[in-house]
Amino acid sequence: MTCRRVRTHRCDNVRVSMKLELKDTPGQLLGALKPISDIGGNIITVIHQRDGTSAENTLIVDITIELPEHKLESLIATLQERGCGVVRVGKERLHQKRSLIMIGHLMHTDLTDTVDHIDQTGYAEVSELHMVMPAINEPSTAKITIRAESPEDMRRAISILHEVTARKEILVLEPLEGME
Amino acid sequence: MRVAIIGFGAVGQGVAAVLADPVHGFTLTGVADSRSAIMNGDGLNPEEILAKKKETGLCGIEGKSAADILASGVFDILVEASPTNANGGEPATSLIRSTLRSGRHVVTSNKGPIASAYHELKAIADEQKVGLGYEATVAGAVPVINGIRHGLAGNTIRSLYGILNGTCNYILTRMRDEGLTYQQALQEARDLGYAEADPTYDVKGIDAAIKLVILANTLLGMNVTLSDVDISGIDLVTVEALNLAEDEGSTVRLIGEIIPERKIIRVSPRVLALDHPLVVDGTLNAIQVCTDMAGHVTFIGRGAGAQPTASAILADLISIRDYYGGRS
Ligand SMILES: NC(=O)c1ccc[n+]([C@@H]2O[C@H](COP(=O)([O-])OP(=O)(O)OC[C@H]3O[C@@H](n4cnc5c(N)ncnc54)[C@H](OP(=O)(O)O)[C@@H]3O)[C@@H](O)[C@H]2O)c1
Repeated sequence: MTCRRVRTHRCDNVRVSMKLELKDTPGQLLGALKPISDIGGNIITVIHQRDGTSAENTLIVDITIELPEHKLESLIATLQERGCGVVRVGKERLHQKRSLIMIGHLMHTDLTDTVDHIDQTGYAEVSELHMVMPAINEPSTAKITIRAESPEDMRRAISILHEVTARKEILVLEPLEGME
Repeated sequence: MRVAIIGFGAVGQGVAAVLADPVHGFTLTGVADSRSAIMNGDGLNPEEILAKKKETGLCGIEGKSAADILASGVFDILVEASPTNANGGEPATSLIRSTLRSGRHVVTSNKGPIASAYHELKAIADEQKVGLGYEATVAGAVPVINGIRHGLAGNTIRSLYGILNGTCNYILTRMRDEGLTYQQALQEARDLGYAEADPTYDVKGIDAAIKLVILANTLLGMNVTLSDVDISGIDLVTVEALNLAEDEGSTVRLIGEIIPERKIIRVSPRVLALDHPLVVDGTLNAIQVCTDMAGHVTFIGRGAGAQPTASAILADLISIRDYYGGRS
Protein backbone atom coordinates (compact mmCIF):
# COMPACT_ATOMS: atom_id res chain seq x y z
CA MET A 1 0.00 0.00 0.00
CA THR A 2 1.21 3.43 -0.80
CA CYS A 3 -0.33 6.67 0.35
CA ARG A 4 0.87 10.17 -0.16
CA ARG A 5 -0.44 13.41 1.06
CA VAL A 6 0.46 17.00 0.59
CA ARG A 7 -0.80 19.58 3.01
CA THR A 8 -1.51 23.23 2.66
CA HIS A 9 0.26 25.70 4.88
CA ARG A 10 -1.36 27.17 7.89
CA CYS A 11 -1.98 30.86 8.45
CA ASP A 12 1.33 31.71 10.04
CA ASN A 13 4.25 33.91 9.23
CA VAL A 14 5.52 33.16 5.76
CA ARG A 15 8.89 33.90 4.31
CA VAL A 16 8.43 35.48 0.91
CA SER A 17 10.91 36.40 -1.78
CA MET A 18 9.91 39.11 -4.29
CA LYS A 19 11.44 40.70 -7.29
CA LEU A 20 10.49 44.39 -7.39
CA GLU A 21 10.84 46.78 -10.29
CA LEU A 22 11.37 50.38 -9.18
CA LYS A 23 12.04 53.65 -10.90
CA ASP A 24 15.70 54.43 -10.43
CA THR A 25 15.11 57.72 -8.64
CA PRO A 26 16.04 58.69 -5.09
CA GLY A 27 13.63 57.56 -2.38
CA GLN A 28 11.97 54.83 -4.45
CA LEU A 29 13.47 51.93 -2.55
CA LEU A 30 12.62 53.43 0.81
CA GLY A 31 9.09 54.03 -0.44
CA ALA A 32 8.76 50.36 -1.30
CA LEU A 33 10.16 49.06 1.97
CA LYS A 34 8.04 51.27 4.20
CA PRO A 35 4.71 49.50 3.60
CA ILE A 36 6.40 46.24 4.57
CA SER A 37 7.30 47.43 8.02
CA ASP A 38 3.95 49.24 8.29
CA ILE A 39 2.08 45.93 8.10
CA GLY A 40 4.43 44.25 10.60
CA GLY A 41 6.65 42.44 8.14
CA ASN A 42 10.33 41.71 8.69
CA ILE A 43 12.85 42.50 6.02
CA ILE A 44 15.41 39.73 5.79
CA THR A 45 17.50 40.63 2.74
CA VAL A 46 17.56 43.32 0.06
CA ILE A 47 19.66 42.74 -3.04
CA HIS A 48 20.02 45.32 -5.83
CA GLN A 49 20.69 44.22 -9.36
CA ARG A 50 22.19 47.10 -11.27
CA ASP A 51 23.58 45.06 -14.08
CA GLY A 52 22.30 44.16 -17.54
CA THR A 53 18.79 43.07 -18.17
CA SER A 54 16.69 45.89 -16.67
CA ALA A 55 15.54 48.72 -18.84
CA GLU A 56 16.97 52.25 -18.48
CA ASN A 57 15.95 54.03 -15.31
CA THR A 58 14.63 50.87 -13.74
CA LEU A 59 16.02 49.29 -10.63
CA ILE A 60 15.48 45.61 -9.95
CA VAL A 61 15.55 44.62 -6.30
CA ASP A 62 15.30 41.14 -4.82
CA ILE A 63 13.91 41.19 -1.32
CA THR A 64 13.13 38.50 1.20
CA ILE A 65 10.66 39.30 3.94
CA GLU A 66 8.67 37.55 6.61
CA LEU A 67 5.06 38.53 7.23
CA PRO A 68 1.72 37.10 8.29
CA GLU A 69 0.43 35.16 5.32
CA HIS A 70 -2.95 36.87 5.16
CA LYS A 71 -1.30 40.26 4.72
CA LEU A 72 0.57 39.28 1.58
CA GLU A 73 -2.19 40.17 -0.91
CA SER A 74 -2.76 43.64 0.51
CA LEU A 75 0.98 44.31 0.60
CA ILE A 76 1.28 43.52 -3.10
CA ALA A 77 -1.66 45.81 -3.83
CA THR A 78 -0.11 48.65 -1.82
CA LEU A 79 3.22 48.28 -3.59
CA GLN A 80 1.56 48.38 -7.00
CA GLU A 81 -0.46 51.47 -6.03
CA ARG A 82 2.83 53.16 -5.29
CA GLY A 83 4.07 52.44 -8.77
CA CYS A 84 6.35 49.64 -7.81
CA GLY A 85 6.16 46.61 -10.09
CA VAL A 86 6.00 43.25 -8.35
CA VAL A 87 7.55 40.97 -10.92
CA ARG A 88 7.63 37.68 -9.03
CA VAL A 89 6.55 36.34 -5.65
CA GLY A 90 7.85 33.11 -4.13
CA LYS A 91 6.39 31.83 -0.91
CA GLU A 92 8.41 29.73 1.41
CA ARG A 93 7.50 29.14 5.00
CA LEU A 94 8.86 25.77 5.96
CA HIS A 95 12.16 25.78 4.21
CA GLN A 96 13.81 23.07 6.25
CA LYS A 97 13.06 19.61 4.91
CA ARG A 98 14.06 16.21 6.27
CA SER A 99 13.01 12.72 5.23
CA LEU A 100 13.14 9.99 7.83
CA ILE A 101 12.24 6.32 7.73
CA MET A 102 9.99 4.70 10.31
CA ILE A 103 9.82 0.94 10.86
CA GLY A 104 7.27 -0.79 13.07
CA HIS A 105 3.59 -1.50 13.44
CA LEU A 106 2.69 1.90 12.08
CA MET A 107 -1.04 1.37 11.45
CA HIS A 108 -1.72 -0.55 14.66
CA THR A 109 -0.08 2.22 16.64
CA ASP A 110 -2.23 4.97 15.11
CA LEU A 111 -0.23 6.60 12.36
CA THR A 112 -2.54 9.62 12.31
CA ASP A 113 -1.71 10.29 15.93
CA THR A 114 2.02 10.00 15.21
CA VAL A 115 1.72 12.53 12.38
CA ASP A 116 -0.54 14.84 14.41
CA HIS A 117 2.14 15.22 17.06
CA ILE A 118 4.30 16.93 14.46
CA ASP A 119 1.50 18.88 12.77
CA GLN A 120 0.26 20.26 16.10
CA THR A 121 3.59 21.93 16.86
CA GLY A 122 2.78 24.94 14.68
CA TYR A 123 6.42 25.18 13.56
CA ALA A 124 6.71 21.89 11.69
CA GLU A 125 4.52 19.58 9.67
CA VAL A 126 4.49 16.30 7.85
CA SER A 127 4.38 17.15 4.17
CA GLU A 128 4.64 13.68 2.75
CA LEU A 129 4.21 10.12 3.87
CA HIS A 130 5.00 7.07 1.81
CA MET A 131 4.19 3.77 3.45
CA VAL A 132 4.99 0.23 2.37
CA MET A 133 3.24 -2.70 4.05
CA PRO A 134 4.64 -6.07 3.00
CA ALA A 135 2.00 -8.16 4.81
CA ILE A 136 -0.56 -7.95 7.59
CA ASN A 137 1.12 -8.32 10.99
CA GLU A 138 4.57 -7.71 9.53
CA PRO A 139 6.21 -4.43 10.48
CA SER A 140 5.59 -1.74 7.90
CA THR A 141 8.05 0.87 6.72
CA ALA A 142 7.35 4.49 5.85
CA LYS A 143 9.24 7.47 4.60
CA ILE A 144 8.04 10.58 6.39
CA THR A 145 9.02 14.04 5.20
CA ILE A 146 8.97 16.81 7.77
CA ARG A 147 9.16 20.50 6.99
CA ALA A 148 10.04 23.07 9.59
CA GLU A 149 10.83 26.76 9.77
CA SER A 150 14.39 26.62 11.12
CA PRO A 151 17.07 24.04 11.90
CA GLU A 152 16.23 24.41 15.58
CA ASP A 153 12.53 23.77 14.89
CA MET A 154 13.49 20.73 12.83
CA ARG A 155 15.54 19.42 15.73
CA ARG A 156 12.60 19.92 18.09
CA ALA A 157 10.21 18.22 15.66
CA ILE A 158 12.50 15.22 15.26
CA SER A 159 12.89 14.87 18.99
CA ILE A 160 9.08 14.91 19.36
CA LEU A 161 8.91 12.18 16.73
CA HIS A 162 11.48 10.17 18.71
CA GLU A 163 9.44 10.50 21.89
CA VAL A 164 6.18 9.44 20.26
CA THR A 165 7.70 6.55 18.32
CA ALA A 166 9.66 5.23 21.31
CA ARG A 167 6.35 4.69 23.12
CA LYS A 168 5.05 2.82 20.09
CA GLU A 169 8.22 0.77 19.58
CA ILE A 170 8.79 2.27 16.18
CA LEU A 171 12.38 2.54 14.94
CA VAL A 172 13.23 5.89 13.35
CA LEU A 173 16.10 6.19 10.89
CA GLU A 174 17.33 9.76 10.70
CA PRO A 175 19.34 11.06 7.80
CA LEU A 176 23.00 11.76 8.41
CA GLU A 177 23.44 15.27 7.19
CA GLY A 178 24.45 18.71 8.36
CA MET A 179 27.66 17.29 9.80
CA GLU A 180 28.87 19.96 12.14
CA MET B 1 61.79 -5.72 24.37
CA ARG B 2 60.11 -8.79 25.88
CA VAL B 3 56.42 -9.37 25.20
CA ALA B 4 53.88 -11.61 26.97
CA ILE B 5 50.53 -12.37 25.34
CA ILE B 6 47.43 -13.02 27.46
CA GLY B 7 44.58 -14.57 25.46
CA PHE B 8 45.62 -16.80 22.60
CA GLY B 9 42.68 -16.79 20.19
CA ALA B 10 42.49 -15.12 16.79
CA VAL B 11 44.20 -11.93 17.95
CA GLY B 12 46.77 -13.43 20.33
CA GLN B 13 47.85 -15.92 17.68
CA GLY B 14 47.99 -13.19 15.07
CA VAL B 15 50.34 -11.21 17.31
CA ALA B 16 52.54 -14.28 17.95
CA ALA B 17 52.79 -14.89 14.21
CA VAL B 18 53.89 -11.29 13.67
CA LEU B 19 56.45 -11.41 16.51
CA ALA B 20 57.94 -14.55 14.97
CA ASP B 21 59.50 -12.29 12.36
CA PRO B 22 62.78 -11.07 13.91
CA VAL B 23 62.67 -7.90 11.81
CA HIS B 24 60.31 -6.35 14.40
CA GLY B 25 62.83 -6.96 17.17
CA PHE B 26 60.55 -8.19 19.94
CA THR B 27 61.05 -11.36 21.99
CA LEU B 28 58.04 -13.43 23.02
CA THR B 29 58.53 -14.52 26.63
CA GLY B 30 55.06 -15.52 27.85
CA VAL B 31 51.73 -16.80 26.52
CA ALA B 32 48.49 -17.66 28.33
CA ASP B 33 45.06 -18.87 27.25
CA SER B 34 42.09 -19.74 29.45
CA ARG B 35 43.51 -23.04 30.69
CA SER B 36 47.28 -22.91 30.37
CA ALA B 37 50.36 -20.72 30.26
CA ILE B 38 54.05 -20.83 29.38
CA MET B 39 56.88 -18.43 30.06
CA ASN B 40 60.64 -18.14 29.57
CA GLY B 41 62.67 -15.01 30.11
CA ASP B 42 65.13 -16.03 27.42
CA GLY B 43 62.44 -16.21 24.79
CA LEU B 44 59.89 -18.68 23.45
CA ASN B 45 59.54 -19.93 19.90
CA PRO B 46 56.27 -18.44 18.59
CA GLU B 47 55.93 -21.03 15.84
CA GLU B 48 56.19 -23.95 18.26
CA ILE B 49 53.55 -22.45 20.52
CA LEU B 50 51.21 -21.76 17.60
CA ALA B 51 51.60 -25.38 16.48
CA LYS B 52 50.99 -26.69 19.98
CA LYS B 53 47.85 -24.57 20.37
CA LYS B 54 46.56 -25.89 17.07
CA GLU B 55 47.19 -29.51 17.98
CA THR B 56 46.21 -29.60 21.64
CA GLY B 57 44.06 -26.54 22.22
CA LEU B 58 46.53 -25.43 24.89
CA CYS B 59 49.37 -22.96 24.44
CA GLY B 60 51.33 -24.01 27.50
CA ILE B 61 51.30 -25.97 30.71
CA GLU B 62 47.86 -26.89 31.98
CA GLY B 63 47.04 -25.34 35.32
CA LYS B 64 49.35 -22.35 34.82
CA SER B 65 47.74 -19.01 34.08
CA ALA B 66 48.20 -15.36 33.27
CA ALA B 67 48.77 -14.73 36.99
CA ASP B 68 51.89 -16.90 36.89
CA ILE B 69 53.29 -14.89 33.98
CA LEU B 70 52.58 -11.70 35.88
CA ALA B 71 54.29 -13.05 39.00
CA SER B 72 57.32 -14.17 37.02
CA GLY B 73 57.90 -10.66 35.73
CA VAL B 74 59.72 -11.93 32.63
CA PHE B 75 58.28 -9.33 30.25
CA ASP B 76 58.38 -5.60 29.52
CA ILE B 77 55.09 -5.26 27.66
CA LEU B 78 51.89 -7.20 28.28
CA VAL B 79 49.62 -7.76 25.26
CA GLU B 80 46.13 -8.34 26.65
CA ALA B 81 43.89 -10.10 24.08
CA SER B 82 41.33 -12.00 26.12
CA PRO B 83 37.57 -11.83 25.47
CA THR B 84 35.73 -8.56 25.99
CA ASN B 85 33.55 -8.33 29.07
CA ALA B 86 31.44 -5.25 28.43
CA ASN B 87 30.48 -5.09 32.07
CA GLY B 88 33.53 -3.83 33.96
CA GLY B 89 36.05 -5.62 31.79
CA GLU B 90 37.11 -8.22 34.38
CA PRO B 91 39.29 -10.19 34.78
CA ALA B 92 41.34 -8.22 32.25
CA THR B 93 40.94 -4.87 34.04
CA SER B 94 42.57 -6.21 37.22
CA LEU B 95 45.33 -7.85 35.22
CA ILE B 96 46.09 -4.63 33.37
CA ARG B 97 45.98 -2.62 36.59
CA SER B 98 48.52 -4.87 38.34
CA THR B 99 50.78 -4.95 35.29
CA LEU B 100 50.86 -1.16 35.09
CA ARG B 101 51.43 -0.90 38.84
CA SER B 102 54.43 -3.21 38.48
CA GLY B 103 55.92 -0.65 36.10
CA ARG B 104 55.28 -2.59 32.88
CA HIS B 105 53.66 -1.40 29.67
CA VAL B 106 50.31 -2.73 28.42
CA VAL B 107 48.93 -3.00 24.90
CA THR B 108 45.40 -4.33 24.57
CA SER B 109 42.77 -5.20 21.99
CA ASN B 110 40.22 -5.79 24.75
CA LYS B 111 37.49 -3.12 24.80
CA GLY B 112 36.17 -3.98 28.26
CA PRO B 113 38.93 -2.49 30.44
CA ILE B 114 39.38 0.59 28.24
CA ALA B 115 35.66 1.35 28.03
CA SER B 116 35.08 0.89 31.75
CA ALA B 117 38.29 2.05 33.43
CA TYR B 118 40.39 4.13 31.03
CA HIS B 119 40.82 7.18 33.22
CA GLU B 120 41.92 5.12 36.20
CA LEU B 121 44.28 2.90 34.17
CA LYS B 122 45.78 5.88 32.35
CA ALA B 123 46.47 7.61 35.67
CA ILE B 124 48.35 4.55 36.92
CA ALA B 125 50.31 4.33 33.66
CA ASP B 126 51.27 8.02 33.90
CA GLU B 127 52.30 7.68 37.51
CA GLN B 128 54.46 4.67 36.69
CA LYS B 129 55.70 6.34 33.50
CA VAL B 130 54.71 3.39 31.33
CA GLY B 131 52.65 3.11 28.14
CA LEU B 132 49.04 2.00 27.73
CA GLY B 133 48.25 1.22 24.07
CA TYR B 134 44.74 0.37 22.90
CA GLU B 135 44.70 1.19 19.18
CA ALA B 136 43.32 -2.30 18.41
CA THR B 137 40.18 -1.80 20.53
CA VAL B 138 38.52 0.43 17.93
CA ALA B 139 38.31 -0.30 14.20
CA GLY B 140 41.03 -2.98 14.06
CA ALA B 141 43.81 -1.97 11.72
CA VAL B 142 42.53 1.57 11.22
CA PRO B 143 44.82 3.94 13.15
CA VAL B 144 42.01 6.09 14.43
CA ILE B 145 43.21 6.41 18.02
CA ASN B 146 46.74 7.43 17.15
CA GLY B 147 45.53 9.34 14.10
CA ILE B 148 43.28 11.55 16.19
CA ARG B 149 45.53 11.82 19.24
CA HIS B 150 48.78 12.55 17.42
CA GLY B 151 47.88 13.29 13.82
CA LEU B 152 45.18 15.79 14.80
CA ALA B 153 46.81 16.97 18.03
CA GLY B 154 45.65 20.45 19.00
CA ASN B 155 42.42 20.22 17.01
CA THR B 156 39.05 20.39 18.71
CA ILE B 157 36.78 17.56 17.56
CA ARG B 158 33.33 19.01 16.83
CA SER B 159 31.76 15.71 15.76
CA LEU B 160 32.64 12.11 15.14
CA TYR B 161 30.65 9.66 13.01
CA GLY B 162 31.68 6.08 12.42
CA ILE B 163 30.94 2.65 11.06
CA LEU B 164 32.41 0.70 13.93
CA ASN B 165 30.97 -2.79 13.51
CA GLY B 166 31.92 -4.86 10.47
CA THR B 167 29.22 -7.46 11.05
CA CYS B 168 26.41 -4.91 10.87
CA ASN B 169 27.98 -3.21 7.89
CA TYR B 170 28.26 -6.53 6.09
CA ILE B 171 24.60 -7.36 6.74
CA LEU B 172 23.36 -3.95 5.57
CA THR B 173 25.60 -4.08 2.49
CA ARG B 174 24.17 -7.47 1.51
CA MET B 175 20.58 -6.35 2.15
CA ARG B 176 21.13 -3.47 -0.22
CA ASP B 177 23.15 -5.24 -2.91
CA GLU B 178 21.21 -8.50 -3.06
CA GLY B 179 17.82 -7.56 -1.62
CA LEU B 180 18.31 -10.10 1.19
CA THR B 181 16.17 -9.87 4.29
CA TYR B 182 17.89 -9.13 7.59
CA GLN B 183 17.59 -12.80 8.60
CA GLN B 184 19.07 -14.05 5.33
CA ALA B 185 21.98 -11.63 5.46
CA LEU B 186 22.65 -12.51 9.10
CA GLN B 187 22.72 -16.20 8.23
CA GLU B 188 25.16 -15.51 5.44
CA ALA B 189 27.40 -13.49 7.79
CA ARG B 190 27.38 -16.43 10.22
CA ASP B 191 28.25 -18.91 7.48
CA LEU B 192 31.21 -16.76 6.49
CA GLY B 193 32.40 -16.36 10.07
CA TYR B 194 31.63 -12.62 10.20
CA ALA B 195 28.98 -13.05 12.87
CA GLU B 196 29.06 -14.98 16.13
CA ALA B 197 26.59 -17.79 16.85
CA ASP B 198 25.01 -15.30 19.24
CA PRO B 199 25.11 -12.06 17.26
CA THR B 200 23.24 -9.95 19.84
CA TYR B 201 26.29 -7.96 20.89
CA ASP B 202 26.95 -6.88 17.30
CA VAL B 203 23.50 -6.46 15.75
CA LYS B 204 21.98 -4.66 18.74
CA GLY B 205 24.68 -2.01 18.45
CA ILE B 206 26.38 -2.79 21.78
CA ASP B 207 29.81 -3.44 20.28
CA ALA B 208 29.69 -0.15 18.37
CA ALA B 209 28.52 1.64 21.53
CA ILE B 210 31.47 0.32 23.57
CA LYS B 211 33.82 1.65 20.89
CA LEU B 212 32.09 5.03 21.04
CA VAL B 213 32.62 5.11 24.80
CA ILE B 214 36.32 4.47 24.22
CA LEU B 215 36.56 7.26 21.63
CA ALA B 216 34.55 9.67 23.78
CA ASN B 217 36.53 9.07 26.98
CA THR B 218 40.00 8.74 25.57
CA LEU B 219 40.00 11.32 22.77
CA LEU B 220 37.09 13.70 23.17
CA GLY B 221 37.53 14.59 26.81
CA MET B 222 34.24 13.05 27.91
CA ASN B 223 33.50 10.80 30.85
CA VAL B 224 30.68 8.46 29.85
CA THR B 225 29.71 4.84 30.37
CA LEU B 226 27.89 2.36 28.17
CA SER B 227 24.59 3.27 29.81
CA ASP B 228 24.96 6.87 28.60
CA VAL B 229 24.90 5.75 24.97
CA ASP B 230 21.56 5.90 23.19
CA ILE B 231 21.58 2.58 21.29
CA SER B 232 19.45 1.07 18.50
CA GLY B 233 20.64 -1.87 16.48
CA ILE B 234 19.98 -3.08 12.95
CA ASP B 235 17.83 -6.12 13.75
CA LEU B 236 14.59 -4.30 12.89
CA VAL B 237 15.78 -2.77 9.61
CA THR B 238 13.61 -3.92 6.72
CA VAL B 239 14.38 -4.39 3.04
CA GLU B 240 11.64 -1.78 2.41
CA ALA B 241 13.65 0.76 4.41
CA LEU B 242 16.67 0.16 2.19
CA ASN B 243 14.46 0.49 -0.90
CA LEU B 244 12.90 3.76 0.28
CA ALA B 245 16.38 5.11 0.98
CA GLU B 246 17.61 3.90 -2.40
CA ASP B 247 14.82 5.86 -4.13
CA GLU B 248 16.50 9.01 -2.84
CA GLY B 249 20.03 7.94 -3.74
CA SER B 250 20.72 6.91 -0.15
CA THR B 251 21.20 3.78 1.89
CA VAL B 252 21.13 2.65 5.52
CA ARG B 253 24.19 2.09 7.74
CA LEU B 254 24.71 1.64 11.47
CA ILE B 255 26.37 4.86 12.61
CA GLY B 256 28.02 5.77 15.88
CA GLU B 257 27.76 9.49 16.55
CA ILE B 258 29.39 11.78 19.09
CA ILE B 259 28.79 15.52 19.26
CA PRO B 260 30.55 16.56 22.47
CA GLU B 261 29.09 20.05 22.62
CA ARG B 262 25.50 18.79 22.46
CA LYS B 263 26.29 15.80 24.69
CA ILE B 264 25.08 13.47 21.95
CA ILE B 265 26.45 9.94 22.01
CA ARG B 266 24.43 7.37 20.14
CA VAL B 267 24.43 4.36 17.86
CA SER B 268 21.60 4.04 15.38
CA PRO B 269 20.82 2.99 11.83
CA ARG B 270 20.91 6.12 9.67
CA VAL B 271 20.09 7.13 6.14
CA LEU B 272 23.19 8.30 4.22
CA ALA B 273 23.67 9.48 0.64
CA LEU B 274 25.32 6.73 -1.38
CA ASP B 275 28.26 9.00 -2.13
CA HIS B 276 28.85 9.81 1.54
CA PRO B 277 32.43 8.87 2.55
CA LEU B 278 31.12 6.70 5.38
CA VAL B 279 29.22 4.43 2.99
CA VAL B 280 31.82 1.66 2.85
CA ASP B 281 31.03 -1.90 1.82
CA GLY B 282 31.26 -5.26 3.50
CA THR B 283 33.11 -5.59 6.79
CA LEU B 284 35.07 -2.35 6.42
CA ASN B 285 35.09 0.25 9.17
CA ALA B 286 35.14 4.02 8.67
CA ILE B 287 35.37 7.01 10.98
CA GLN B 288 34.89 10.63 10.06
CA VAL B 289 35.76 13.48 12.38
CA CYS B 290 35.13 17.15 11.88
CA THR B 291 37.62 19.41 13.65
CA ASP B 292 38.02 23.14 14.03
CA MET B 293 41.24 23.32 12.02
CA ALA B 294 41.44 20.24 9.79
CA GLY B 295 37.79 20.19 8.73
CA HIS B 296 36.64 16.69 7.77
CA VAL B 297 39.05 13.79 8.03
CA THR B 298 37.97 10.25 7.19
CA PHE B 299 39.68 6.97 8.16
CA ILE B 300 38.70 3.77 6.33
CA GLY B 301 40.03 0.23 6.64
CA ARG B 302 39.74 -3.27 8.02
CA GLY B 303 38.04 -3.34 11.38
CA ALA B 304 38.72 -6.94 12.36
CA GLY B 305 40.63 -10.10 11.62
CA ALA B 306 43.73 -11.60 13.15
CA GLN B 307 46.27 -9.83 10.99
CA PRO B 308 44.68 -6.36 10.80
CA THR B 309 44.26 -6.41 14.58
CA ALA B 310 47.85 -7.60 15.03
CA SER B 311 48.89 -4.64 12.86
CA ALA B 312 47.37 -2.21 15.36
CA ILE B 313 48.95 -4.04 18.30
CA LEU B 314 52.35 -4.08 16.62
CA ALA B 315 52.09 -0.33 15.98
CA ASP B 316 51.44 0.24 19.70
CA LEU B 317 54.37 -2.03 20.64
CA ILE B 318 56.68 -0.12 18.34
CA SER B 319 55.49 3.27 19.64
CA ILE B 320 56.16 2.14 23.19
CA ARG B 321 59.62 0.90 22.26
CA ASP B 322 60.40 4.15 20.43
CA TYR B 323 59.23 6.26 23.35
CA TYR B 324 60.41 4.26 26.37
CA GLY B 325 62.87 1.90 24.67
CA GLY B 326 66.05 3.49 26.00
CA ARG B 327 65.02 2.71 29.53
CA SER B 328 64.66 -1.05 29.63
N1 LIG C 1 39.00 -10.82 16.38
C1 LIG C 1 39.13 -9.54 16.02
O1 LIG C 1 39.18 -9.24 14.84
C2 LIG C 1 39.26 -8.47 17.06
C3 LIG C 1 39.48 -7.14 16.63
C4 LIG C 1 39.66 -6.13 17.58
C5 LIG C 1 39.58 -6.46 18.92
N2 LIG C 1 39.32 -7.74 19.31
C6 LIG C 1 39.28 -8.03 20.74
O2 LIG C 1 40.45 -8.76 21.09
C7 LIG C 1 40.16 -9.71 22.10
C8 LIG C 1 40.50 -11.10 21.60
O3 LIG C 1 39.71 -11.40 20.47
P1 LIG C 1 39.82 -12.78 19.72
O4 LIG C 1 39.03 -12.65 18.48
O5 LIG C 1 41.22 -13.21 19.64
O6 LIG C 1 39.02 -13.72 20.73
P2 LIG C 1 39.05 -15.31 20.81
O7 LIG C 1 39.47 -15.87 19.51
O8 LIG C 1 37.79 -15.74 21.42
O9 LIG C 1 40.25 -15.61 21.85
C9 LIG C 1 40.16 -15.30 23.20
C10 LIG C 1 41.37 -15.92 23.87
O10 LIG C 1 41.39 -15.54 25.24
C11 LIG C 1 41.59 -16.68 26.04
N3 LIG C 1 41.05 -16.46 27.37
C12 LIG C 1 39.78 -16.48 27.79
N4 LIG C 1 39.71 -16.18 29.09
C13 LIG C 1 40.99 -16.01 29.51
C14 LIG C 1 41.57 -15.70 30.76
N5 LIG C 1 40.84 -15.51 31.85
N6 LIG C 1 42.93 -15.60 30.83
C15 LIG C 1 43.69 -15.78 29.74
N7 LIG C 1 43.17 -16.06 28.53
C16 LIG C 1 41.84 -16.17 28.42
C17 LIG C 1 40.92 -17.80 25.30
O11 LIG C 1 41.44 -19.02 25.76
P3 LIG C 1 41.11 -20.44 25.08
O12 LIG C 1 41.94 -20.44 23.81
O13 LIG C 1 41.63 -21.40 26.09
O14 LIG C 1 39.66 -20.48 24.86
C18 LIG C 1 41.34 -17.45 23.88
O15 LIG C 1 42.63 -17.94 23.62
C19 LIG C 1 38.69 -9.54 22.43
O16 LIG C 1 38.57 -8.71 23.55
C20 LIG C 1 38.14 -8.89 21.19
O17 LIG C 1 37.02 -8.11 21.49
C21 LIG C 1 39.18 -8.74 18.40
